[in-house]
Amino acid sequence: MIELRPIFSTLRRHKTTAWLLVLEIALTCAIVCNAVFLIGQRLQRMDLPSGVAEHELVQIQLGRIGKSTEAMAQSQTDLAALRLIPGVKQVAVINQLPFSDGGASNSGIRLSPQQQQDTLEATTYYGEGALSTLGVRLLEGRDFQHGEYADFGTIIADLHNGDLKNLPSTIIVTQALAQRLWPGQEALGQTIYVGKGLPFRVIGVVADLGRPNDLNQGPEYSTVWPIRMTVADGSSYVIRTAPQDRATVLQSAVAKLKQLDPNRVVLVKRTYDDARHEFFANDRAMAGILVGVIAALLTVTALGIVGLASFWVGQRRRTIGVRRALGATRGDILRYFQAENFLLASFGIAFGMVLAYGINLFLMVHYELPRLPGIYFPVGAAVLWVIGQLAVLGPAMRAANVPPVVATRSA
Amino acid sequence: MFGYYMDLALRSLKRHKVLTTLMVLSLALGIGACITTTTVLRLLSGDPLPQKSSQLFYAQVDPNAKEGYIAGQTEPPSTMTYVDAMFLLHAHRAKRQAAVALTSGKIAPQRANERPFYSDGVQTTADFFGLFGAPFEYGSGWTAADDEGGSQVIVIASFLNQKLFGGANSVGKTIRMNDHDFRIVGVLKPWSPQPRFYALDLGGHDYGGDGDAMFLPLKTAMDLKMGPQDIECYDSVTDVNNLAAAPCMWLGVWVELPDQAAVADYRTFLANYARQQVAQGRFSRDETALLDLMGWLRDQQVVPDDVRLQAGLAYGFLLICVLNTVGLLLAKCLRRSREIGVRRALGATRGAIFGQFMVEAGIVGLVGGLLGLGFAELGLFGIRHQPAEYASLAHLDLSMFVFTFVVALVASLIAGLLPAWRACAVAPAPQLKAS
Repeated sequence: MIELRPIFSTLRRHKTTAWLLVLEIALTCAIVCNAVFLIGQRLQRMDLPSGVAEHELVQIQLGRIGKSTEAMAQSQTDLAALRLIPGVKQVAVINQLPFSDGGASNSGIRLSPQQQQDTLEATTYYGEGALSTLGVRLLEGRDFQHGEYADFGTIIADLHNGDLKNLPSTIIVTQALAQRLWPGQEALGQTIYVGKGLPFRVIGVVADLGRPNDLNQGPEYSTVWPIRMTVADGSSYVIRTAPQDRATVLQSAVAKLKQLDPNRVVLVKRTYDDARHEFFANDRAMAGILVGVIAALLTVTALGIVGLASFWVGQRRRTIGVRRALGATRGDILRYFQAENFLLASFGIAFGMVLAYGINLFLMVHYELPRLPGIYFPVGAAVLWVIGQLAVLGPAMRAANVPPVVATRSA
Repeated sequence: MFGYYMDLALRSLKRHKVLTTLMVLSLALGIGACITTTTVLRLLSGDPLPQKSSQLFYAQVDPNAKEGYIAGQTEPPSTMTYVDAMFLLHAHRAKRQAAVALTSGKIAPQRANERPFYSDGVQTTADFFGLFGAPFEYGSGWTAADDEGGSQVIVIASFLNQKLFGGANSVGKTIRMNDHDFRIVGVLKPWSPQPRFYALDLGGHDYGGDGDAMFLPLKTAMDLKMGPQDIECYDSVTDVNNLAAAPCMWLGVWVELPDQAAVADYRTFLANYARQQVAQGRFSRDETALLDLMGWLRDQQVVPDDVRLQAGLAYGFLLICVLNTVGLLLAKCLRRSREIGVRRALGATRGAIFGQFMVEAGIVGLVGGLLGLGFAELGLFGIRHQPAEYASLAHLDLSMFVFTFVVALVASLIAGLLPAWRACAVAPAPQLKAS
C-alpha cells in the first residue's frame, strides 16, 4: 500500500505546478468527453437505416421541360424502354430518395379534421411501384394496387378546381410514424388528415423508410402515397438492379434516355450508395476533425505531463537518493511517482467532469444537442488515467534508477 | 539590454532542446487550429458588399393565417407574395428597390455540335444591378419599361459570355433559353458576392461558385412559366401556374435606404401597409421586419453550427496548449534558480530578470507562431478538401497572417507571466549558499 501523506506534502510544496497540471487535465477531460460524444452523435446519424435496398439502386434525374400531359406519355415510353435494358429488375418514377441531396416534399399531418395545427411534418413519397422498386419491407397491410394511383398533374388540377372526389384516399406509413401518431394502437385503418381536413386511411405499415433531409424532424417520419409521377414533376427514374451491374445499367440507361430524346439534360445520375455517401459527407468530415482534435489534445497533455514529471524528478534527485539509502526499493520510487500522477489525474478528472457537464449544458442550449449520457464520464476518466500513467512511466523509471549514493553528495 | 536578453534566452532555449521543442510544438498546434477555424469563421461572417451593406435592407411582411401566431414572438416569413412585392416596388419609397427569385434554365449552345446545358439564373427587376452595384463589362441592365412589358431581354455573367461567345461583346446578340429567344442587353464583369446574400432562403447554394449565370426580368420569367426555385404557400388550394395571384411566397424584396431618416420612414411605411392589409382582411398579422444586410445574414444564420463548434473547440485547444506552456516554462525557470541567484547577486534587478524571461517566452511565441502558420496552411488545405460549399474560399489573407503572430505573441507572453514573476521573486542568498 502506498502512503499518500508524503505525496500530499510534496505536492503542497509545488502548488503552482501541481495546479497547472490538474487544470490542464481537467480541461482536456472536459473537451475530450464532449468531443467523443459529438463523434458518437455523428456516427449514429450516419448509421440511420434508410429502409431501401441501398446497394441495388441507381437514380437518374432529367431536366424538367414541357407540359405534364406529354410528360406522362413520355415517362411511360421511357419506363418501357428502361425495363428492356439487360440487368434492370425494376424501374419506377419516384419523387425523392432517403438521405440524399436534392429537394424533398413534406406535408403537415393532423389526427382530426378539426385540429388547428399540424401534429408533425412528415415526408411524402410519391411514385407508382415505389415500395417494391426501393425494396422497402412491408410489415402489415398491403401495397397500393394499380387502380388506386392518380396522376400528380390531375390531382393538382382537381385541387385547384375544388373537385375532391377523385383524390386518392389511402396512405402507407412507417412503423416509426405509426408509433408516434398512435402509440400502442393498431395503425391499420386509422385516418390522418391533411390541409383543410382531407382524409387518408392507413392501409399499410412499412419497417423503415428514411426521409430525404431535415432529419431533426424525425428521421423516419415518412409516408407513401398512391400518386403517379412524371419526370417533369422533378422526379427521378429509380432502377433496381444487382449490385455488380449498377455501373453498366446506369450507363446504358442514360444512353437509352438520350437516344429517346437527345434534347434532354441529365441533371443527376448516381448510385444510391454515392447519394448517401455524399449526404453524410459533412458528418464524416466533422467526425474526422473531432478525432484529430482529440488525438492532438491527448498528445499535448501527455507531453505536458512528461515535461513536468521530468522536472520534478530532476528536482528531487537528492530526496530520492536519501529514500533509496534508507531502504526504499526501486519499485517504491516508481510507485511513488505513479501514485502522485494518479492523484493529480484524479483531481483533474473530478474537475473535468463538472466542466464537461457544464460544456454539455451550453451545447444543449445553443446547438440542440441531447444530454451527455453517463457512460462518457467513466470512459473519459479511464482514458485520462491511462494516458497519465503512460506519460509518467518514463520519468518515474528514471527516478527509480537514481542511485542511493546521490544522497551522500552535496546537491 | 534587449540584445543581451535575446542572447541569454537563445542560450537557455538551446540548452533544453527537448523542452523547447515541446513548448513550441504545442503552442504551434494550438495556434494552427485557432487560425484555421478563425479564417473560416471570418470568411462566413464576412460582409459581401462592404461599401454598401449598411444601406441595403431586406423587407418582410406576414400574410400567414392567424393560427399559430404569437404577437411579438412570431417572425415574418423570409419571402413575399407577388402582390406584396409589387406593391412595395411600385410605391418607390426607397432610393432603389428590387424583387428577387432564383430560377434555372436550359441554354441552347451557339455551336451546332455542343449539347444544351442548365444554368442558374435570377429573375428580378430593373433596379437590381444599381442596388447591388453589379459591375457591367458591356451594355447595361434593362429598364422599368422592360419590366412592365415582360421583354425577352437578359443580362449574362462574364463566365457565361466566355462560354458562349468567347468573351466578346455580345450585347444585342440572341441566346435561346428554355426554347425562347432572349436579347442580351448587358454582360457583367465577374461578380460573385460571398455569401450570395440576395438569394438566401430562396433555394440554391449560399457560397462558392462563380455567381449566377443569367439575370432576366421577373415578369418575363413568369410569362414563360419559369418557376422559382422555392415556393412556400400559406393556403392549401394552389395553382402553381398562376403565381401572380396564388397565396404563395417566393420573392425577396431588397431596398436601398441612404440614411437613418429614410430607414425610419420606410419602417413606418411598411408597418402602415401591413396594418392596412389587416384592415382589409387580406392579412391577419401586422408583423413586419426591415433588417439591414448584415442583420439579415445573422438572422439567416449563414455561419453553420459546425463551424462555430469547431472554432470553440480550437480556442479550448489553444487554452490547454497555453497552460501546457506555462507549466513547462515554469519548470524550466525553477530549475535555473541558481543561475538567477548568481545574476541577482551580480547586480541584476528584479525587472531585468523579469524582462529576460519574458523575452524567452516571446521567442517561443514567435517561433510557435511561425510553425503555427504552417499548421494553419495545412488546416486550410484540409478545409478546402471538405465537402462544404465555402470550402474553396478558405485562404489565409494578410490580416490573418498578422493576427497569427499577434495571437502567438499574446499567448506566449501570458504563458510567460507566471514563470517570469516566479523567477524574479527568487531570493539570491539561499541559492548561492546551496552551491
